[in-house]
Amino acid sequence: MALLFLLLIFDLVRRRRLKIEYSWLWIATGCSIVVLIWRYDWLVWLTSAIGAVTSTSTLFLLALFFLAVVNLHYSVRISEMSTRIKDLAQETALLQNEVKRLKSAP
Amino acid sequence: MLVIVPAYNEAATVGAVVQGIARERPGAAVLVVDDGSTDGSGALSAEAGAEVLTLPFNTGYGPALQTGIKYALRRGFAAAVVCDGDGQHDPGSIGALLAEFERSGADIVVGSRYLETGTFEAPALKRAAVRFFGLLAGACIGQRVTDPTSGFKALGRRAMRYYVSDLLPISFPDADAMITAHRVGLRIVEVPVKMHPRAEGRSMHDGLKGFVYFFNMLFSILVTVMRKDRLDPEVTDDDPRDAAKAEGVRGVRGAAVPPADIRPGAAPPAQD
Repeated sequence: MALLFLLLIFDLVRRRRLKIEYSWLWIATGCSIVVLIWRYDWLVWLTSAIGAVTSTSTLFLLALFFLAVVNLHYSVRISEMSTRIKDLAQETALLQNEVKRLKSAP
Repeated sequence: MLVIVPAYNEAATVGAVVQGIARERPGAAVLVVDDGSTDGSGALSAEAGAEVLTLPFNTGYGPALQTGIKYALRRGFAAAVVCDGDGQHDPGSIGALLAEFERSGADIVVGSRYLETGTFEAPALKRAAVRFFGLLAGACIGQRVTDPTSGFKALGRRAMRYYVSDLLPISFPDADAMITAHRVGLRIVEVPVKMHPRAEGRSMHDGLKGFVYFFNMLFSILVTVMRKDRLDPEVTDDDPRDAAKAEGVRGVRGAAVPPADIRPGAAPPAQD
């Protein structure tokens, strides 16, 4: 599963559906899943380190943390995008006015 | 002098507002920023004799206002007056704003409906909120603020450069915008103006929206006072390619510098 997930990420980047700069977070996630499967004892160690009873709770905790980070990241991106869209809309209005002015000038 | 009228679906009033401004300030240029209206506000404004900027979709009050100020800066206006398109702001008070602008040499002159009370009645809750933000803004900038939500104001070029910069809290440019303006070194004064109750439509602060607005504004003020903003003329000018323009207006209040990207003579002469 984890390997398939990694393959999917690579394929999305290959088909230019996902930009390189956004892919690192996902590749890191895929890799950590692979590592935790391969070295299960690390997960057990982490579980006792954070005081959890079962290793599944550790996985849930990590998943929740990961989703929170991803969402925050998207919120930041959306804020950036809306500023750019606002600037573009303003520029459109100003340029439209300028074109009208130039057309009506003798 | 340019009068900027941001308008979103104000077909019932915007024509009369434009005509009122033309009557009160003959010779003043009037610019209506049509913020993606669907009721023909833009066409009506043009019919009434205003220059019209048409935004491709509704962007909100802050961005619409900013569009008008970008226009004013690019066309070399020395001052701009912002006046709502819903008929609340009496064009007859533009003279009072400009007189104070000339007299005090302030960067921003805010028209206050509460400075001389009795002319404007608002619901108790709104009055309380306005008073609260007024006190808060007043405490932050160290002077009395009676109408922190007023959109009726006169701006000089330095203030206009602040309004087009990223420093402006653009989502809700009220009390937080005043505080930021003060923190970047702009001088603000208030003058009493006449305001009418809305004839048509609903205010942007009605009902639940008012509640949301309250907390948004509170949070916005909180982060505003946590920032360390400085108005740098070179960086904050809307057109960074034109450094000379920013250079020319620095410290010389009221001196209109025709932007280099506009043909000589094309820019309307600065009035008032």
